[in-house]
Amino acid sequence: MPSRRIKLTFPARLIKDPVIWQLGQKFPVVTNIRRADVREDYGWVVLELTGEEPEIERGLEWVRSMGVRVDPVSGDVVEG
Amino acid sequence: MAYVSGLRCRECGREYPAEPLNVCDFCFGPLEVVYDYEAIRRVASRERIQRGPLTMWRYEDLLPVDAERAINLHTGFTPLVKATNLGRLLGLNELYIKNDAVNPSYSFKDRVVSIAATKAREFGFDTLACASTGNLAGSVAAHAAKAGMKSFIFIPHDLEKGKVLGAAIYGATVVAVKGSYDDVNRLCSELADTYHWAFVNINLRPYYAEGSKTLGYEVVEQLGWRVPDHCIVPAASGSLFTKVWKGINEFVSLGLVQATGTTHMHATQAEGCSPIVTAYQAGWTHVRPVRPKTIAKSLAIGNPADGFYALKTIQATSGSAVSVPEEEVVEGIKLLAEYEGIFGETAGGVVVSALRRMAQQGAIGKDEVTVAFITGNGLKTQEAVESVVQPITVEPTVASFQAAVNGR
Ligand SMILES: Cc1ncc(COP(=O)(O)O)c(C=O)c1O
Ligand SMILES: [Zn+2]
Repeated sequence: MPSRRIKLTFPARLIKDPVIWQLGQKFPVVTNIRRADVREDYGWVVLELTGEEPEIERGLEWVRSMGVRVDPVSGDVVEG
Repeated sequence: MAYVSGLRCRECGREYPAEPLNVCDFCFGPLEVVYDYEAIRRVASRERIQRGPLTMWRYEDLLPVDAERAINLHTGFTPLVKATNLGRLLGLNELYIKNDAVNPSYSFKDRVVSIAATKAREFGFDTLACASTGNLAGSVAAHAAKAGMKSFIFIPHDLEKGKVLGAAIYGATVVAVKGSYDDVNRLCSELADTYHWAFVNINLRPYYAEGSKTLGYEVVEQLGWRVPDHCIVPAASGSLFTKVWKGINEFVSLGLVQATGTTHMHATQAEGCSPIVTAYQAGWTHVRPVRPKTIAKSLAIGNPADGFYALKTIQATSGSAVSVPEEEVVEGIKLLAEYEGIFGETAGGVVVSALRRMAQQGAIGKDEVTVAFITGNGLKTQEAVESVVQPITVEPTVASFQAAVNGR
């Protein structure tokens, strides 16, 4: 099954929401957290999503629509 | 011969063999090359370096590839120039410019790509690839040409054609990706997982990044085996910044140079994309991603891969991070050109303007050895400074000329 490694960045207003849990409930994707740093006003989580490609895509689209930033784990790769 | 013992995760410390890998399978942290410093210590000496070629390959003992098989366009050992005019203006007696704009493809990227291309061939890849809006594209294409490899350059579809002319000319396949900048990022990260290609700054990133150490080595050697007091370095992903420091630090720990004090590392960015500076000023341990909007396109990375390590480098060296207003970028380019005869691109403008601010604020002592890193050529970002072209128009007569230039 395909998987994707991503970093989610949460704004202050979403810190207390169970966004990752909801992602796993709403879409048939398995979330597997590897590293995280969550503060009062900001947080990020590095995780792996496993599921069918279109489901991962839809799941991430939903996460984005909630106001969470989604990035590849290794940062921006488009260089100057 | 390369003295590499493997790769190590910078987060959890797990070790991996020296393969085309860039993230730790366990924690997804970035991997870094591990060297056998004991073996290096036994062979490395100033004399051995000085006998080497006048390129970055004179430091082969500290690089992660075999120099004999290097894809070498004669990169490195670029001029370190004493900036007496600019120094006088800023009240700095020991100011130097490291002019890395004169590399074979006109930016410091040749250092990192030279390593990546060599490693790619060693691993048996036949295709070199990257996502780039400028300097990296040109360098990857040039090295692929020299290596007899294919190259793929991914760009956002709305990028001006001229920006990648310096890549297309070498025979690279340029792929314009429809969608946003983020889409290009995501696509390339996925392609790197899918295709058996050497994406220089993705699956070869641990090796690639090491190339920037040579800038640190060169500065120390060219200063007459002295460490500088301050380095002013442009930052996008933050990799160059951390590796210049790593290079200087390795020379010290190998006993090739005596450190008389700490080299303070200063990262510089333009305000329109300054996530590292923002994090430094706010005292955050991690960089928070931003959406770039800056004239300094070569530094427009909103989510810097090495932002966290750049912050650690600043802390370890009692350095700083300085941003400059967008309008000062061009001022910096002009200052350097008019005072030192060196034409840097926008990243250089950022560095020089930041240097001016630091000098004015008294952040640099007047006799402290300071090196400003000019990492890309001004001919690449001509649109930024177009307004300087204001010719005096004259009739083809001496009288007309004299009338026009009168008082100049
Ligand atoms: C001219 C120039 N200087 C500096 C940099 C910054 O490099 P890094 O991403 O290693 O911080 C770049 C990166 O594209 C560049 O093109
Ligand atoms: Zn790890």
